[in-house]
Amino acid sequence: MVAVILPGNASCQGCPISMAMRCLDEIENPVLVIPAGCSTVIAGIHPNSAMKCPVVHSPFTAAPSVACGLSEAYKRMGVRANVIAWMGDGAVDISFSALSASAARKDDYITIVVDNEAYMNTGTQASLSTFWKARTTTSPAGKTEERRNIALLMLAHRIEYAATASVGYLRDLKRKFRKAGEMRGFRFIHVHAPCPPGWRFPSEKTVEVARKAVMSGAWILWEYDGEFRLSKEGERYALKENRIPLREYLKQGRFSHLDDKEIEELEKKIDEEWKTILKLF
Amino acid sequence: MKKLLTSNEAIAEAVRIASPDIIAAYPITPQSPIVEKLAEMVDSGVLDSTFVRVESEHSAMAVIHGAATAGARVFTATSSHGLAYMFEMCWWIAGSRLPAVMAIATRSIGAPWNIHGDHTDIMSLRDAGWILAMAESAQEAFDMTLQAFVVSEKVCIPVAIGIDAFTMSHTAEVVVVRETKLPDRKQNYRIHPETEVAVNAVTMGDARMKARYDLARDLESSAKVIDRTDTEFGGYGGMVERYRLDDADYAVVMAGGWSGDAKEAVDMLREENIRIGLLRLRFIRPFPEKELKNLPPRVLVVDRANTGIRGILGVEVSACGVDCKNVIAGIGGKNVGVTGFYSLFKKFVDGRIGDVEWLL
Repeated sequence: MVAVILPGNASCQGCPISMAMRCLDEIENPVLVIPAGCSTVIAGIHPNSAMKCPVVHSPFTAAPSVACGLSEAYKRMGVRANVIAWMGDGAVDISFSALSASAARKDDYITIVVDNEAYMNTGTQASLSTFWKARTTTSPAGKTEERRNIALLMLAHRIEYAATASVGYLRDLKRKFRKAGEMRGFRFIHVHAPCPPGWRFPSEKTVEVARKAVMSGAWILWEYDGEFRLSKEGERYALKENRIPLREYLKQGRFSHLDDKEIEELEKKIDEEWKTILKLF
Repeated sequence: MKKLLTSNEAIAEAVRIASPDIIAAYPITPQSPIVEKLAEMVDSGVLDSTFVRVESEHSAMAVIHGAATAGARVFTATSSHGLAYMFEMCWWIAGSRLPAVMAIATRSIGAPWNIHGDHTDIMSLRDAGWILAMAESAQEAFDMTLQAFVVSEKVCIPVAIGIDAFTMSHTAEVVVVRETKLPDRKQNYRIHPETEVAVNAVTMGDARMKARYDLARDLESSAKVIDRTDTEFGGYGGMVERYRLDDADYAVVMAGGWSGDAKEAVDMLREENIRIGLLRLRFIRPFPEKELKNLPPRVLVVDRANTGIRGILGVEVSACGVDCKNVIAGIGGKNVGVTGFYSLFKKFVDGRIGDVEWLL
């Protein structure tokens, strides 16, 4: 198997996306579709490419439909390929209706969302994935809207495979990539990707922050492949007493304005989310 | 074989013969019958294509963009707001130099709401890098659609074929459906798992400028391919159709289905010994500049879409150095008809038309 992403690419120090890109090695015959976002830049500026696999760049809104077109064409031509729509949370926002339609058609490709919880490539503007109360350049006082749980929404389309993952748990992430690559039909993996400049934490702490998200219960690792289950790496945090205090995870610049009352509110939201997830299996 | 077909149905027949691998479309009035017909053909096994039911026109163009990237022959159809919604992807498919064919039932774009014919929608595509064709009859829509696949795949530029909403899309005519076999699809590149190529990565000014230059140059030279293949697909005269122009003192320049009515008006004026003819632009991109050079001295351009200062064709014809009067008419399906054209042309011949006028 080839190393899909080459060293010396344009990612920032401590970039979670390039970490996740390395795990693409687990997927056979990849053809990447990359809409606008940080990944566009990481994949290389013409005439160079940081990816050792074909990359089809696409407009922000179009990745699910372009991936569908590629995959349908390959099916007719008898070409063995794993088309991968590789997008950030921004692309999920703007292409949501296309993504939803594609899932409903059960198009045969993998969607991987590297979610850094804001529009990082344009300078940290709030997305539907942005954590509650997080400061971004378009939510300077902290985000007031709900955080959309895209993986659960996608699961509701009765797709073949849905999973959440984290760059803090690469073995689990790789296993999920591998598994998705061996299946057919519509497959969706939502990767939590803490962003040092966007979230304002030191660039060597990416893995630590990612793990604290899981350990505090703020990011839930699960998988659906016909059956719904919590992933081994994070299942113990279903019990609140096993979690680390949420404020440990919130030690990031984007949360520095929060007071105790607001942190309590966030804890409640996380408890609610766990309640929903635990009812699913 | 002769069949009674609307232009929508004639296009669907041509697409059946071209047999694309992938068809993706979202219904929009008055284009819907094209893709309904194709869906039926696919469902009944008459046509071996994959029909992708998308949730929007943006996705329709994105699906065929993806499929064309893999090397598949592709088709879609749209109109009006649908084209506006897929506009972004139209640039991408042209900029990627991918062959594709799209039919456009040419219609007004709101607001205010209007589902009837003019050329506002297709003209909005003129800077995106597409070849733009305008048919006048169901027969020409049929022939042009087949020619479009051949031209598009020869020059690696997408082609759109316009048919006037309702007056063509929903009006039946006798069409000779000629079964033919098109050459196999050709394109400059195909992205498969073993091709380690990045398509459309971020460019700096030099590469982007070169790509746009190449597209502009190839678009211009596609006129030769259109002329060369004309006889195989109906023999309409290539880029333009010249109607009673050879001895004319006056020329009308226009495009699209309503040219039929205008030709009748020309015939009526000819009976009054007024030497008038009509140059019908079969293609708007590439713009048939060469064919505009030898027009008689007095030229009237009749437009069905406007810019801020003139009709769009008026601007284009003027830009070729042709001194012309310009009338904007027939917006939103407002009927001109044979008698309307007759009075308009008479007024023009009498020298009573200003530089730019709206036929309200």
